[in-house]
Amino acid sequence: MKSRILMIVGALLLLTIYFQPIWNITLEAPQYPIPLGMDIHIDKFYGANDEHDIKNINLMNHYVGMQYIPETIPEFKSFPIIVGVMIGLGVLFGFLGKFKLYLVWFILMSLLGILGMYDFYLWEYDYGHNLDPQAIMQFKNPDGSPMGFQPPLFGTKLILNFTAHSYPRIAAYFLGSGMFLALMAFFVGRNESKKKRMK
Amino acid sequence: MKLIFKPFFAIAAVSLLLASCGGPTTKKSGNSGALSGNAAEKVYVAPGEHDSHYAFISGGFSGQLSVYGLPSGRLFRVIPVFSQDPEKGYGYSEETKPMLMTSHGFIPWGDSHHPDISQTNGSVDGRWVFINENNTPRIARISLETFETEEIIEIPNSAGNHSSSYVTENSEYVVAGTRFAVPFPQRDMPINEMKGNFSGALSFLKIDPEHGNMNIDFQIKMPGFNYDKAHPGRNASSDWFFFTTYNTEEAHTLMEVNSSQNDKDYIAAINWKKVSEYVANGGGEMQAANYAHNTWDNDAHQATTVMEKEVLVVNPMDIPGAFYFLPTAKSPHGCDVDPSGEYIVGSGKLAATMTIHSFSKMLKAIEDKAFDGDAYGIPIINFEAVSYGTLDQPGLGPLHTEFDSRGNAYTTFFISSEVVKWNIKDLKIIDRHSVYYSVGHLMIPGGNSRTPDDKYLVAMNKITKDRYLPTGPEVCQSAQLFDISGEKMELLLDFPTIGEPHYAAGIAAEKIKDKSAKLFNLEDNTHPYAAKSEAESKVVRKGNEVHIYMTMIRSHFAPDNIEGVKVGDKVFFHVTNLEQDYDVPHGISMIGANTSELLIMPGRTTTFTWEPKQVGVWPFYCTDFCSALHQEMQGYVRVSPANSNLPITYTLDDEVPGAEEEL
Repeated sequence: MKSRILMIVGALLLLTIYFQPIWNITLEAPQYPIPLGMDIHIDKFYGANDEHDIKNINLMNHYVGMQYIPETIPEFKSFPIIVGVMIGLGVLFGFLGKFKLYLVWFILMSLLGILGMYDFYLWEYDYGHNLDPQAIMQFKNPDGSPMGFQPPLFGTKLILNFTAHSYPRIAAYFLGSGMFLALMAFFVGRNESKKKRMK
Repeated sequence: MKLIFKPFFAIAAVSLLLASCGGPTTKKSGNSGALSGNAAEKVYVAPGEHDSHYAFISGGFSGQLSVYGLPSGRLFRVIPVFSQDPEKGYGYSEETKPMLMTSHGFIPWGDSHHPDISQTNGSVDGRWVFINENNTPRIARISLETFETEEIIEIPNSAGNHSSSYVTENSEYVVAGTRFAVPFPQRDMPINEMKGNFSGALSFLKIDPEHGNMNIDFQIKMPGFNYDKAHPGRNASSDWFFFTTYNTEEAHTLMEVNSSQNDKDYIAAINWKKVSEYVANGGGEMQAANYAHNTWDNDAHQATTVMEKEVLVVNPMDIPGAFYFLPTAKSPHGCDVDPSGEYIVGSGKLAATMTIHSFSKMLKAIEDKAFDGDAYGIPIINFEAVSYGTLDQPGLGPLHTEFDSRGNAYTTFFISSEVVKWNIKDLKIIDRHSVYYSVGHLMIPGGNSRTPDDKYLVAMNKITKDRYLPTGPEVCQSAQLFDISGEKMELLLDFPTIGEPHYAAGIAAEKIKDKSAKLFNLEDNTHPYAAKSEAESKVVRKGNEVHIYMTMIRSHFAPDNIEGVKVGDKVFFHVTNLEQDYDVPHGISMIGANTSELLIMPGRTTTFTWEPKQVGVWPFYCTDFCSALHQEMQGYVRVSPANSNLPITYTLDDEVPGAEEEL
């Protein structure tokens, strides 16, 4: 019984994704006492510290030839559906009460998470390396190759005059907690069924 | 010999040494404060830190309002109000020109006097500053979100708008009293028939509680005295307004002598609540008038002028019980009410005493009809019956009094160049401090409200002489900052000011700073010539007018190449700043334009005109260092001969702007 509740609650924690940011990229520089920031939601990019942040990130980045952050990307259409399906599956598995399914759900979520991060990395790489050849300012690495401006996937990195931070936000923590609960549900469920058999 | 002299020389040398470094010091009064009290530390605001108070100091004959920080005395901004300001394009741009319209036409200059901050429940609330123009009577309202002038209203039947612009304790009204008695309404008549034929208009402007918009609710046609200063009552006296008068002699010439004959003039006490109710119930007479009412629209980013054609006039005789005169020592200037509302201080600038009236005694005297006759039908209350007392020989030339919250008053003395602290209740002088020199008004943040902020006092001086490095015959104007938190006043700082610092209003910084606007939302811009994206930019010819809908963003204009303009055209540059980032204005100026530059805030559209007189290719550029590519932010206009048939074309990067992806 306990395992079912864990599984269902774990799946429902993912609902946070629909109304809280998943990830945040923040750019700090001396002339931005309030840093520029972008919150990544499941369906949209939002200015993190000011509604105009994304416009101003674009303005800064055009000096080095970076592309504008798009209004929308295909992932904004598919991700809400995928997450919805996973929540549905999680709740269903919880009701079915088969602890092995909990592990299946956890592994599926892990795979999707890794895929999601890989997708994020690909976008960041393109964003930081696919530069306008007519860029106003062109920087080179010590080896002569063009300098890239890819923000970190996770962590903090110095990019020219900006310090870029890339960290998960509240929805990502809820997602992680949900997955953890599902894993717990698997172990608890396995214990429960062992006890049943012993009786 | 040697043995005797050696010790003698040694002793002499030691005593000399002592005398030179530790000898008796002569304390130079007035100048010792800075060292003894560690004043430097008290005014030091470390780099990057903020002052604790805003001071809004009148720019006097500059016509503007300046914004300083206290205690540092640093100048932050000069807000253009009544005078053109080419730096900001104020009064030059097509949008701001209507702000300076009057019934006399466009007036490029004004004389600003008395800023006063709006109040809620008797405390300064930091919503608006009101300030009067003395020369061509006007009242302006400045927003403390944008720090820009939002409204200017002309005052008819008035001349020398001096007993202004004081606000009642819930910002119901701002007043505008005339300094000069003049014919009301104006007419052609001999000057020497002034007596009894001129009037003094006291105007009450109602303030819209939400947006602050003003309109003249009523104008009181008072006897033809000169009305110098004013203050509203507070608490029990909050329904009343008090105005000092001089020239009750009604002299029309050699005023310095002829208006200084009466031993006492009056403070006019007016129950404005009664008058307000009287007009609300249909009282008063609507009379023809002609005055400009200029209003700024923050979404359309432009001002409009409406010529108002009538004003409601009230005759004091029609509202018994609402008007009284309080005899007050000779030609009083300041008319100040203490935070409790009980004491009304008249600073008789030509008298050796100061008159302090009691509001409760005034009510009693009215009840008892303790009158000594009347002036033009307005009862004069018996001096003894209304006076709380007099402060004898406090100094020479008392001008203005403000208050702390501990029952003390601080009065400036123009002739004896000092500020005197005295206790209101027991009428005892506590402290006096010299100022350098000839102090006019003083300001304690909130010092004319129910809730004074007791930390600082700013004295505004008329003369500086040797206080600063000389700069030719005209030396700087100045203010002096005192710490008034202790028993004794401590002089902390001298700082220069713009214009003549007539008067000031101060407020704690936290009441304003967080709501200070950062930019204008482009989405809210309703300017008819706005181009809200590069795709919307265009150039349109209408006869010999050419309208350029131009955009600016780091670091280019769109369009930046324009052809087809001809000699004799009138070219309108309607320029929209597309930035939506804090502190990123752009400027623009065109070679040979007979106007000022524009300095355009993010999200705003502003217009200047250019009438090209010579054929050629003429550049324009950004005048505000906006970015790393500021120097590249420039463009060209091709000017062809008047008879040319070249059509209008406009491009950015050799294409019609907006073809590329928009931000």
